[in-house]
Amino acid sequence: MAHDMTADAAHAHDEHHESPVVFGFWLYLMTDCLIFGTLFAVFAVMRNQFAGGPTGKEIFELSGVGIETAILLVSSITYGFGMISAHQNKVSTMRMWLAVTFLLGLGFLFMEIREFSHMVAEGNGPDRSAFLSAFFTLVGTHGLHVTCGLLWMAVVMVQSMGKTVLSERMMNKLTCLSLFWHFLDIVWICVFTFVYLMSVI
Amino acid sequence: MKKKILPRLSNLLCLSSAFLLAGCDWDTLNPKGVIGIQEKSLILTATYAMLLVVVPVIVLTLLFAWQYRQSNTNAEYLPKWSHSNKIEVVIWVVPSLIILFLAVLTYQTCISLDPYRPIDEEANVKPIHVDVVALDWKWLFVYPDEGIATVNQMAFPVNTPVEFRITSDSVMNSFFIPQLGSMVYAMAGMQTQLHLSSNDVGNYAGESANFSGRGFSDMRFRALAMSNDDYAAWVQKVKASSEQLDSSNYPKLAAPSEANPVEYFSHAEPGLFDGIVAKYNNGMVMDKSTGKMMHVQSAMSDMNMKE
Amino acid sequence: MLGKLSWSDIPFDVPILVGTFAGAAIAGLAVFGLITYYGKWGYLWKEWLTSVDHKRLGVMYIVLALVALFRGFADAIMMRSQLALAYAGNPGYLPPHHYDQIFSAHGTIMIFFMAMAFMTGLMNVIVPLQIGARDVAFPFLNSLSFWMTTVSFVLINISLFIGEFSQCGWLAYPPLSETQFSPGVGVDYYIWAVQLSGVGTLLTGVNFFTTIVKMRAPGMTYMKMPVFTWTIFCTTVLIMVAFPILTVALGLLGLDRYLGMHFFTNDGGGNQMLYLSVIWAWGHPEVYILVLPAFGAFSEITQTFSRKPLFGYNTMVYATCSIMVLSLVVWVHHFFTMGAGPNVNAFFGIMTMIIAIPTGVKIFNWLFTMYKGRVEFHATMYWVIGFMITFSIGGMTGVMLAIPAADFVLHNSLFVIAHFHNVIIGGVYFGYVAAMNFWFPKAFGFKLNEAWGKRAFWFWFIGFYFAFMPLYVLGFMGMTRRMNHYDNPDWYPWMLVAVFGAVLIACGIVCQLTQLYVSIRDRNLAENRDLTGDPWNARTLEWSTSSPPPFYNFAVVPTVHDLDAFAHDKEAGIDTRAAGSVYQPIHMPKNTSAGFFVGAFSLVLGFAAIWYIWWLAALGLIGVIATVIARSSNNDVDYYVPVSEVARIENEHTRNLMAAQAAE
Repeated sequence: MAHDMTADAAHAHDEHHESPVVFGFWLYLMTDCLIFGTLFAVFAVMRNQFAGGPTGKEIFELSGVGIETAILLVSSITYGFGMISAHQNKVSTMRMWLAVTFLLGLGFLFMEIREFSHMVAEGNGPDRSAFLSAFFTLVGTHGLHVTCGLLWMAVVMVQSMGKTVLSERMMNKLTCLSLFWHFLDIVWICVFTFVYLMSVI
Repeated sequence: MKKKILPRLSNLLCLSSAFLLAGCDWDTLNPKGVIGIQEKSLILTATYAMLLVVVPVIVLTLLFAWQYRQSNTNAEYLPKWSHSNKIEVVIWVVPSLIILFLAVLTYQTCISLDPYRPIDEEANVKPIHVDVVALDWKWLFVYPDEGIATVNQMAFPVNTPVEFRITSDSVMNSFFIPQLGSMVYAMAGMQTQLHLSSNDVGNYAGESANFSGRGFSDMRFRALAMSNDDYAAWVQKVKASSEQLDSSNYPKLAAPSEANPVEYFSHAEPGLFDGIVAKYNNGMVMDKSTGKMMHVQSAMSDMNMKE
Repeated sequence: MLGKLSWSDIPFDVPILVGTFAGAAIAGLAVFGLITYYGKWGYLWKEWLTSVDHKRLGVMYIVLALVALFRGFADAIMMRSQLALAYAGNPGYLPPHHYDQIFSAHGTIMIFFMAMAFMTGLMNVIVPLQIGARDVAFPFLNSLSFWMTTVSFVLINISLFIGEFSQCGWLAYPPLSETQFSPGVGVDYYIWAVQLSGVGTLLTGVNFFTTIVKMRAPGMTYMKMPVFTWTIFCTTVLIMVAFPILTVALGLLGLDRYLGMHFFTNDGGGNQMLYLSVIWAWGHPEVYILVLPAFGAFSEITQTFSRKPLFGYNTMVYATCSIMVLSLVVWVHHFFTMGAGPNVNAFFGIMTMIIAIPTGVKIFNWLFTMYKGRVEFHATMYWVIGFMITFSIGGMTGVMLAIPAADFVLHNSLFVIAHFHNVIIGGVYFGYVAAMNFWFPKAFGFKLNEAWGKRAFWFWFIGFYFAFMPLYVLGFMGMTRRMNHYDNPDWYPWMLVAVFGAVLIACGIVCQLTQLYVSIRDRNLAENRDLTGDPWNARTLEWSTSSPPPFYNFAVVPTVHDLDAFAHDKEAGIDTRAAGSVYQPIHMPKNTSAGFFVGAFSLVLGFAAIWYIWWLAALGLIGVIATVIARSSNNDVDYYVPVSEVARIENEHTRNLMAAQAAE
């Protein structure tokens, strides 16, 4: 206890008040953005390499993808509500919103996996053509990110159990996850536009 | 042994004076064709231009280090001096001018020495066509005009532009005859182009300049530049061969082999080259005259080539 | 159960490998035995392997780099001796299967595990000290980066004894590297090793960029940052831009191999040219990632041993930044011969040449730093002068290769090999060795032996010219790279000269080892100890603290008034250490084994995936995730160093300083 007091007192004198965590995470997101950027470029090169296989128009079902998009957009909003609660230190409300976000994310993932398995079952898997390779890789990479986001969200929810006040470290985690989740939303909008809509038009 | 090495030791002298003499018998500095000759002069011009900076830098490095050595207390010492607008202007402007000169040279030669650009023809000289296929690990040359094919040896008349179309039925290779000039990659499903010619009769080394696996080191061929009469005789010699190349025995030829001997085929099935390109391209091949993709003739599609 | 792995994958039939394995096993056992005998396991684990101290991580990186140098050089001398033998019908002693692995491993190891690790080690040791910070922004990530790099190197060396390494060159061009043409595990070893080390490098980039942006000492504006820090700053930007692209390139190649996709295959609509574009979009910035820090080191060394400030600091910064930007738009010059149009080739050729301008300016800046100075011929200055001569030649041949029409006859020839060794040995390696000699006393508190340092220089310098000038000639003779044997009689004598050069370089490496040995042996001699923390009368902040620095670097965070902060303070008579002032408790991170375990589980994951042992791969992945979660749930990650401890350490250094002054 006494140790904590001195630590706090010392903290006031520390040179670096602001934690670099969020800034660092931003940078990481920018590198991730480049990964997606490169994958989009690869998709652009491959978009007409059907190798006798199906075109996007033939296999994409826009209605399902539209629902996926809606789910992900709503999950961004619910996460936003969670962050508002976190800033007000309403930990249990925050957890409730995170749980809602988690379920929405899970729903998105479920629909994506169902779409993938349908395509594979019809013989249109990623090994069918370069176009499908690029499609599965780009969309799958996004899906993998969503999976990581969900895992992270679960961990944060468990870690916040029994807390009445969110520590600075906890707030940093929530902020980073928030950035991550909105980032995935933005990437998905690009996926929806460039991959699905433009293939169907 | 000694006798053999001694004249080669003289080559060592060439190293120091390489750019001044630019002689020696080093392949790319001893070119035999118009393309290679221009490339050699380009290399030399660029080198001279850069030596204008490089030599002073090396000399000044040694000079300054020695002149301002710690023990030389007679030399001027300015412990605070770290800026001079005059010097800064000079050290930015001089390299910039040299690069400007080289940039103009680069742009001009990119156009004039573009491998896709036909060589300016002299009157009454018709270019000959050679289709090149890189295989594991040998070179197949198809002469569409003559209807013949060869492996690891190609011939062409001297002072005649040769138009190559190049592809691969395996991994990436690079088609290169050092004494004639430019190289170009050979890639499956694509056809690259190259234009070369030889001013002298000669027997030149040819090789792959892009690593392609186990048999790469022996993936060599000879390029024979001949007089018109000798070339005609050579074509007749190939035509006298009992071997023919068609879709049935092509897979056997294409199967991996190392240090393949020279082979002649008196007849090569028409469209062989297009078929090889189209195989990796959904049956499409580029029409050379229009530059558009078109379907290769169905005659080729039943070629049951290795997959 | 064991996937593809079986007894036949152990190369018992290759005597070189069996011998290497025996040697490595004996050396390993000896080290193991010595540590056990002296009871140092606990110390090693607590103070080094789990350390998050940037200085210790830096030292470990450099140790890793030196080990990688031996491995990479062993490959090099085998290649050179093979080519000195395999002439006119003699097949030499390395059949293609073995030889192709050697040149692939040589390139991969030298770039990713020698040069990158050396550079990361230098930035770890120096940058936080140079900007007056107590640690990096993310100390745990720093430890994680180190372990990812280390396990990747372990993975590459496992390929020596279990299975095989890639036979497709250091960039594994498809379609050769596709399953159709390379069905073995070699390419998978390559992909996993480079991919895992790439994770470490990317995190390092993020970490040090954040550190430099957020943690500079008060008063250190960007234009008062030391040049070395500037170059690292630009390097971290390039890392963050380039390495994600590498991740994608190798990821797609891996998907082709593991899931039968068609990114770069011949069939199915794949496009091999895309791989070249993507891999070189990383590959060319990578060159500058390596060389910029070397430029930074040369700048610091030249100004220190010329006894005057760097000439044209601003110009140096602008030149560094413009190189950083330009390096991103030149990658096509690696494949001018692919048949792109003349306009594309001309654009990338000219862009490449333009880089020569800021680079040339830098060389002139070093020249004019020596001008009207008092140049002390310390061993590090030998490397600087050797660099300026050698690098000028390398730059010139680089511009030659940048002219597309000249590249048409020089591409992929030994001329290219000579060129990039000219800039990587003459620029990067000379720079790192000079930096190691320069900053060694800072890290360890004693100087490196100068006589052996100079001997190492002369062997390396002369050896370089003997080893690589012949390759320029062979390039003009039309000899392509990666050949295993040849029968052209004109090439043979040049190959003999080159192998002689390689032997000289080997002597250079022996001198470097001897230098380390002699220096450690004589570390307590008065003339070798660095009691002041400022053995060279240098100019930047890292020299204002003790050698080796306390784990918290600075008891009082320095305030920066000018460029070359320490030189300014020395002249102004400011006591930079504020000795005797009232100290505050210092906030420091605790050591953690999490980085080590994430690395270890990644090794399991990589190895299992290479051999298709899926249950083990799953275990490895779960281990990685569990360790990260455990680390994230652990709130006991930092502590405060009490004032009494700080005062004790600082008072001891003050006594040392006074003793040193008395001795003068």
